[in-house]
Amino acid sequence: MKLSIGSVTKPGSTRINKTGSWRTFKPIIDIEACIGCGTCSMLCPEGSAYKDNVSGKYAIDYDYCKGCGICAQECPVKAIEMVMEEK
Amino acid sequence: MQEELFAPGHRGCAGCGAAIAARLILKGSGKDVIVVSPTGCLEVISSPYPESAWEVPWIHSLFENAAAVASGVEVALKSLGRKDEAKIIVIGGDGATIDIGIGPLSGMLERGHDVTYVCYDNEAYMNTGIQRSSSTPYGASTTTSPAGKVSLGENRPKKNLPAIAAAHGIPYVGTASIAYPKDVIRKVKKAISIEGPKYLQIHAPCCTGWGFDGSKTIEIGRLAVETALFPIYEITDGKVTSVKKIKRKPVEDYLKVQRRFRHLLKSDRGEEAIKNIQDIADANAEKFGLDL
Amino acid sequence: MEIMEGSRAVAEAVKACRPNVIAAYPITPQTHIVEEISRMVADGELVSEYVRVESEHSAMSVCVGASATGARTYTATTSQGMALMHEVLFNAAGLRLPIVMTAANRSLSAPINIWNDHQDMISERDSGWIQLYSEDAQEASDMIIQAYKIAEDHDILLPVMIGMDGFILTHVHEPVELCSQEKVDDFLPLYDPIQYLTTENPLSFGTIVYPNTYTEFRYMIHEAMKKAERKIVDVASEFQDKFGRYYGGLIDTYEADDADLLILAMGSVIGTAKDAVDELRSEGKKVGIVKVRCYRPFPAEAIVESTKDAKAIAVLDKNISLGYEGALYTDVKSALYGKNGPLAMGFVLGLGGRDINKKTIKNIVAKADKAIKSGIFEAETEFVDLDLEVL
Ligand SMILES: Cc1ncc(C[n+]2csc(CCOP(=O)(O)OP(=O)(O)O)c2C)c(N)n1
Ligand code: SF4
Ligand code: SF4
Ligand code: SF4
Ligand SMILES: [Mg+2]
Repeated sequence: MKLSIGSVTKPGSTRINKTGSWRTFKPIIDIEACIGCGTCSMLCPEGSAYKDNVSGKYAIDYDYCKGCGICAQECPVKAIEMVMEEK
Repeated sequence: MQEELFAPGHRGCAGCGAAIAARLILKGSGKDVIVVSPTGCLEVISSPYPESAWEVPWIHSLFENAAAVASGVEVALKSLGRKDEAKIIVIGGDGATIDIGIGPLSGMLERGHDVTYVCYDNEAYMNTGIQRSSSTPYGASTTTSPAGKVSLGENRPKKNLPAIAAAHGIPYVGTASIAYPKDVIRKVKKAISIEGPKYLQIHAPCCTGWGFDGSKTIEIGRLAVETALFPIYEITDGKVTSVKKIKRKPVEDYLKVQRRFRHLLKSDRGEEAIKNIQDIADANAEKFGLDL
Repeated sequence: MEIMEGSRAVAEAVKACRPNVIAAYPITPQTHIVEEISRMVADGELVSEYVRVESEHSAMSVCVGASATGARTYTATTSQGMALMHEVLFNAAGLRLPIVMTAANRSLSAPINIWNDHQDMISERDSGWIQLYSEDAQEASDMIIQAYKIAEDHDILLPVMIGMDGFILTHVHEPVELCSQEKVDDFLPLYDPIQYLTTENPLSFGTIVYPNTYTEFRYMIHEAMKKAERKIVDVASEFQDKFGRYYGGLIDTYEADDADLLILAMGSVIGTAKDAVDELRSEGKKVGIVKVRCYRPFPAEAIVESTKDAKAIAVLDKNISLGYEGALYTDVKSALYGKNGPLAMGFVLGLGGRDINKKTIKNIVAKADKAIKSGIFEAETEFVDLDLEVL
């Protein structure tokens, strides 16, 4: 790839860097328990928790989730469990 | 999937409060903004060439000049007849804002540029390895204010930049914490809707620098507010117009869960320091009428 | 033709270039330029955003932000102000922003001294800015217009600083011919950036570059500098076609063709040297001048070519790289290396406003003559008119 003048870069291009590989623990959402409040999505540093428009519940994009555990910690109904990543 | 203006793939530590702050600020602002960032953790994690996490136009120039660069962006938009194209937001760390960049920030506020300056306050120079800044709280151990045989860590309280900003006579000053995301979003929305210079300081805990598990970023942020060590308020046209009331917790609840304060819990002198910290909290509570 | 102060001549040229944004901080002897521009803005003669910043660091930073947004920008400074800008100068060049700046050249403290030499610009030699030096007010003024054309060229995209000797050119009244707005508009099209901060194409500027490509980015700036050599020459002739005035390309020569001794120098001292050369020529001395107009990119080839038939060259430096010698002298010698060129002699002079008159030049020529005859130049660098009594 040719270098850009002045090292300018394209928007959102960090998406090629799949930070899911950093994970040691993996958040698992219990769909049944989830009340769809959106807290996990709001607070995730990676924007990895998202609303599934069909179910109205939340899901996680494991491509980028770093497994920090904030979502599990902050979920008001404790619907998220952090489980050891199998490698 | 929802619109993400601060894209994933950035290099922030797992649980990074600054990344949460960036996401929330952009949720508040929407996409019609130009963002200026000084050198610091957020800049470094978000722009490793040839990548960028920013979905909005973004520029980083140097460590201390973000407010001046933003001033330049603002006048350029005016001169080019593009003023309606975008709002201008600075997102910078406490070191960039409260220490080395305070001159340019003061200039920007005084000249009346239509810019919202947002400081994400993680209370030290994280990017260079957790050195103290003037926003580091009293009693915190950092790599340049380490607790030692004769030292209890940082010996000065946080510099009060919101008050300094307000003293410029600007229309809006606010503090917020990532622990209260809706409040952050509301304040950003409000700030950018006001013409002129605005200053927001957003408390953004740093798991790596403060020494706590990345899952606790929000919890720690909440404790800072609940202990009155980081009061949340708005100053509109020079007057305090809103405060976040709290059911106060003792400062020890906040201190004991962070490595940077651990040394305080181990000695008589530390106990003395904790008293001093409680005094700071009490004074904050008194000043802003925080207690429910 | 009108008699006016050099600073006003520069301000008038700036106005004619219609910059969108001007940001400046006052410092002697740059003040008359920015005061005149302020007056123009206050009177509505110049419709620009003029930002009264709180420091030179911010002056250049405002220019960076504005230029990155697609605006044409201007600033002026000197001496301590330029030193305070230091990191922003490198930044502006690396971001490839075509900012134009006048430097009212002045010495650097300590000791504090407000008078002319070239230490301020020389100390920014490696910043990635194109550096031009002007001989008189007319040239300092005309070079503003040329500078935008050079800087904004898509092959170049580098900032340009134009040196004009503090007080000697900024504060002296000279006859100057101003360029008409109409002709300038015709000569200098609106700035057409290749990329800029806009929501329509939300690019990121100023990213962090790792060791795997940093060298290549620096090389790209270096390449643009190299291309600027051609561009500077071309723009000089285009300017001549349009306005009838010509100052040379990267260098200019005066009575150089058959000269045994050539004086190489930059800035207003060229005027004094010309007067001295005229007198020396009438005495039958074969002396000439190479005026170095462009210091970065360094016109090595042009210097080699223009000096190849001379027996000796005397390089005059209004600066000193402390612990070595004048910067121009070093660069000229490196250009001549292995070229079988003339004997080169370095003279440091005119520091902190020390007067340089015809006699100074003639003394230098006499010294050089002696060296030509003996084939040796004893002093590594000669400090002209150094007062040993007080040392
Ligand atoms: C002029 C200058 N001095 C020092 C530095 C080194 N430096 C880079 S980032 C930084 C600290 C940033 O601290 P802050 O603004 O609080 O942001 P954080 O990294 O904590 O998010 C320092 C000291 C620099 N880049 N430029
Ligand atoms: S574990 Fe952390 S990174 Fe993963 S989804 Fe939850 S908050 Fe986001
Ligand atoms: S925080 Fe818990 S309840 Fe709320 S949306 Fe996420 S998983 Fe569902
Ligand atoms: S050191 Fe702190 S601020 Fe920096 S990326 Fe890590 S968590 Fe974020
Ligand atoms: Mg910080």
